Amino acid sequence: MRLATAANEAYTTSLTVSELLGCKQCGGGRVQDEELGIRIPRPLGHGPSRFIPEKEILQVGSEDAQMHALFADSFAALGRLDNITLVMVFHPQYLESFLKTQHYLLQMDGPLPLHYRHYIGIMAAARHQCSYLVNLHVNDFLHVGGDPKWLNGLENAPQKLQNLGELNKVLAHRPWLITKEHIEGLLKAEEHSWSLAELVHAVVLLTHYHSLASFTFGCGISPEIHCDGGHTFRPPSVSNYCICDITNGNHNVDEMQVNSAGNISVSDSFFEVEALMEKMRQLQECKDEEEASQEEMASRFEIEKRESMCAFSSDDEEVTPARDVSRHFEDTSYGYKDFSRHGMHVPTFRVQDYCWEDHGYSLVNRLYPDVGQLIDEKFHIAYNLTYNTMAMHKDVDTSMLRRAIWNYIHCMFGIRYDDYDYGEINQLLDRSFKVYIKTVVCTPEKVTKRMYDSFWRQFKHSEKVHVNLLLIEARMQAELLYALRAITRYMT
Amino acid sequence: MEKMSRVTTALGGSALTGRTMHCHLDAPANAISVCRDAAQVVVAGRSIFKIYAIEEEQFVEKLNLRVGRKPSLNLSCADVVWHQMDENLLATAATNGVVVTWNLGRPSRNKQDQLFTEHKRTVNKVCFHPTEAHVLLSGSQDGFMKCFDLRRKDSVSTFSGQSESVRDVQFSIRDYFTFASTFENGNVQLWDIRRPDRCERMFTAHNGPVFCCDWHPEDRGWLATGGRDKMVKVWDMTTPRAKEMHCVQTIASVARVKWRPECRHHLATCSMMVDHNIYVWDVRRPFVPAAMFEEHRDVTTGIAWRHPHDPCFLLSGSKDSTLCQHLFRDASQPVERANPEGLCYGLFGDVAFAAKDSLVAAESGRKPYAGDRRHPIFFKRKLDPAEPFSGLASSALSVFETEPGGGSMSWFVDTAERYALAGRPLAELCDHNAKVARELGRNQVAQTWTMLRIIYCSPGLVSSASLNHSVGKGSSCGLPLINSFNLKDMTPGLGSETRLDRSKGDTRSDTVLLDSSATLITNEDNEETEGSDVPADYLLGDVEGEEDELYPLDPEHVHPEEPEYVLPQEAFPLRHEILDTPSGPEHLQDKADSPHVSGSEADAASLAPVDSFSLLSISHALYDSRLPSDFFSVLVCDMLRFYAEQGDVQMAVSVLIVLGERVRKDIDEQTQEHWYTSYIDLLQRFCLWNVSNEVVKLSTSRAVSCLNQASTTLHVNCSHCKRPMSSRGWVCDRCHRCASMCAVCHHVVKGLFVWCQGCSHGGHLQHIMKWLEGSSHCPAGCGHLCEYS
Repeated sequence: MRLATAANEAYTTSLTVSELLGCKQCGGGRVQDEELGIRIPRPLGHGPSRFIPEKEILQVGSEDAQMHALFADSFAALGRLDNITLVMVFHPQYLESFLKTQHYLLQMDGPLPLHYRHYIGIMAAARHQCSYLVNLHVNDFLHVGGDPKWLNGLENAPQKLQNLGELNKVLAHRPWLITKEHIEGLLKAEEHSWSLAELVHAVVLLTHYHSLASFTFGCGISPEIHCDGGHTFRPPSVSNYCICDITNGNHNVDEMQVNSAGNISVSDSFFEVEALMEKMRQLQECKDEEEASQEEMASRFEIEKRESMCAFSSDDEEVTPARDVSRHFEDTSYGYKDFSRHGMHVPTFRVQDYCWEDHGYSLVNRLYPDVGQLIDEKFHIAYNLTYNTMAMHKDVDTSMLRRAIWNYIHCMFGIRYDDYDYGEINQLLDRSFKVYIKTVVCTPEKVTKRMYDSFWRQFKHSEKVHVNLLLIEARMQAELLYALRAITRYMT
Repeated sequence: MEKMSRVTTALGGSALTGRTMHCHLDAPANAISVCRDAAQVVVAGRSIFKIYAIEEEQFVEKLNLRVGRKPSLNLSCADVVWHQMDENLLATAATNGVVVTWNLGRPSRNKQDQLFTEHKRTVNKVCFHPTEAHVLLSGSQDGFMKCFDLRRKDSVSTFSGQSESVRDVQFSIRDYFTFASTFENGNVQLWDIRRPDRCERMFTAHNGPVFCCDWHPEDRGWLATGGRDKMVKVWDMTTPRAKEMHCVQTIASVARVKWRPECRHHLATCSMMVDHNIYVWDVRRPFVPAAMFEEHRDVTTGIAWRHPHDPCFLLSGSKDSTLCQHLFRDASQPVERANPEGLCYGLFGDVAFAAKDSLVAAESGRKPYAGDRRHPIFFKRKLDPAEPFSGLASSALSVFETEPGGGSMSWFVDTAERYALAGRPLAELCDHNAKVARELGRNQVAQTWTMLRIIYCSPGLVSSASLNHSVGKGSSCGLPLINSFNLKDMTPGLGSETRLDRSKGDTRSDTVLLDSSATLITNEDNEETEGSDVPADYLLGDVEGEEDELYPLDPEHVHPEEPEYVLPQEAFPLRHEILDTPSGPEHLQDKADSPHVSGSEADAASLAPVDSFSLLSISHALYDSRLPSDFFSVLVCDMLRFYAEQGDVQMAVSVLIVLGERVRKDIDEQTQEHWYTSYIDLLQRFCLWNVSNEVVKLSTSRAVSCLNQASTTLHVNCSHCKRPMSSRGWVCDRCHRCASMCAVCHHVVKGLFVWCQGCSHGGHLQHIMKWLEGSSHCPAGCGHLCEYS
């Protein structure tokens, strides 16, 4: 109750502030240049994310030295400060590693030419109809001298890239189906064949952009101002209103609705956190006492695997693919399929037999030097990142929760840890959270603000972004593991 | 105690026998361990746990320890170890974090003895105490090590590594209480079994996970570690700080390392990824493995020496589901395949030759040249009698010196520096190069260049060249005027006029000069800028002060007349391209023509002197033999090969570049590439970086021009903190300062930075150049008188 009123207060104060100072959102708003006949684009969104209120997000200019350095790096590397960076800066430690990796993948030494890299990025993002990333990379692609014809569809790209389409499709939606035949097909295609190093570079790029698409949808990243859907040329209305005041109003109404809807359960959700913490404590303590039998453990994994399929509520509101994004990939109907659902029996992937640290790393680093190291660091930071806080609680050991999330995602891809009790997942992750995870990881284009709002209601936005980081890194690792295992099998 | 155990385990006179053999397992193995009687081996994996007896000719399955119908994760083994004191005792580490002990002495079918479920994560390694019967140590992914007393139900003590996952634990063989553990973050820790609170010593051994370690069986305190960073390191732990004694660089991450019994410096390694072989290294010779076993088709996961005192038998298990016994005498020895002779040329023609002692001794009749003072004639390694390769390790180095003077290579350097390879018309290049060669006293080469010019530029003009030579000298004042005339002619305004002339020119009744200008215009029709190349070329030669060699006009003017065979069309784009890039020619052209073009009367003025001697040339132009240049190409190619054979690859490459398309197609790619690389190599030995770069640039061979694309990264260090600036070249990540500011514009210099070596101020190249044109003081205001050269 108390919290909700506080939010309302914040809303009213922010409104008065904007009334007094002019419109904050569009940078001082009422520009007088219309007379010159110049069409000035105005931002349509409000802030870098549609899910997170702008005031929660760090304002450029108020960052500390470390973040400033990060912004400077990002700006220098990309020539812009994109919304992803602005949202990720909640976790500067991770952001640094993320930017370093991305910069290396796109701009530094590597077997693939620059325009190929961006085109692969476009292909990967388009699989999830992520127009945000597609638009960004279309610009970059043209900037590095890519042939605009390629953008009309994959069939206009060189045969070599077309061959990659199949891998892209499988990797994005059903990575467990990748076999060494896929790899062989790419490596032995006469004049269109890929070299191993190129393939590893491509695979890293594909997985990077698949998971980045997840992040984009998972955090509701708004389009960049210079991209389609990011701006409007509509002049601000004659009255004292600014366009973004209106939308902002709407947005706040939205938020209030959610709040009022949540009002009933505010006490509920307050207890949610408490209950979660209690469960963690219990699990921690009772660990040694109740020892489940082996079959029990095995069946728990199967149950979780099966349930991860059911957890996915078939929200059938079709998201219409944004403008001509779909032309970058074919076979739109091919999507995530749970492998147990259609009676496909896929042997469970045992991490103990092929894991990133021992096997994946060595392979990547061998074929694409230094990148293994960068990705390894990124995984480490994402997996170990913690501030020891949970909602309003401090000094909490969240490792158990983080591990549950990580393993749940891997479980959805059929990757099993022998030394993990999958019963924990059920205890720690509630249904709405599972739905969110599942949607972000498997069908990110279907994420809605409602989903984002309805899990972990008492948690801070920064913590929700943290969850997203875990999601994308776990997803990337899962895809990489399948792809690299296929490459290893091909090589032996 | 040690003596005792040694006596009991040593072979009683009869040595082990057997042969290289393998047997198929049903499933991939994760680890193997040998019983102390050297007659049995246990193989463990995710779905296999069996004991095999090692017989003379084959492996025989003796016992399957996976009993019971339902598969249990407790049986999914990550590691297995057989007690070295008790033949009945085994321990396994399960992937689900359980440590299991097995007692083969149990009467029932199920030999499982005890179950320790204390670890929360996968147990990576188990290890029995070498002498104590009941002490077992385990290391797990959860970062803890636990010590179990098998007489008790749970662990005796827990050691917390305080860092990441434990990958390996090993009891020291010589120190009763000590054990080593290795970690995923690259650390190695030493522990005292009695003190679980903190480790005795910790150091970072590798970059990335340390997968394995092994104590030396003989030398106290020697520990070998192997990591993901593809290195095996040998540490001496007896010193207060762990000292790295040896380092072996392998080609893949090191999964297991095991010292070879009875061979002090040998150890065996296998890899976790990509590489399937087992290597035995002599740590003192870390570059070539002493022995190599290549039987496995997938990565080797476990290795074990069959007997602690027999260095010849190695057992291994692999992901390819086979168990192998390797005999040392069957190992392949990469050393044998290596080329034991080395031959190298010195810069000044000296030859150094190294070979095995035996080889040199056999030919002792021919004494190596002994006149050299700088190098010892024979260089012999001090032999370690323990080293088994002593025969291979000793070698003799002979140095052959060339006679003083004869080996001087100054002609090579001079030639390389002075040759012109591109940027001018062919005739000029040839003439220039001929002149260079003549001055250096290489008459044959000079002759060759002259002949090339005759073949490819203007057939039958040899005599005219010398004739015109004198004329040109006499009327050198006319030369610039002609040039200006040419330039003028090409202005569009005069187009129609000259076209008229052209028709006349075709009948050859008019002056050659007019003719040529006409052809120039026609060329211009095709390609606008083409025509301008020619005059620009002239001026370039002109300004560089080579009137002596520059035959005035006629050869040049004749050749455009017969474009169909004298100057192949394809030569144009090539030349054009080269001229386009450097700003030099255009620059010069601007300077040169400005005084002449100013007046339109230049036309009339220039016509007169030109006529006078161009008439002369006509007679020679009629001298044409009319032979297509293709006619000679076979000859030219032979010539090139001749030079290359003679060792003058410089000539071959220079001609190849100068003639370009004309001969390139007649010589196969590989030969060309070979010539190019040899020449570039030579140039680089003489530190002629600029020339070698030019050659790389001008080469058309793909493999060669790739040289310029490799390792193009330039690493810069910050001028304040001396740290490498990794992400961007102009701002330091550490001290957050921009490295180099321009003293003139006070902006960051992101590209070329030029600075004064006197006062160390500097800035953008352009800015400094400009500044120093106007002032001789340092732009930073330090008062130093800077010089720009």
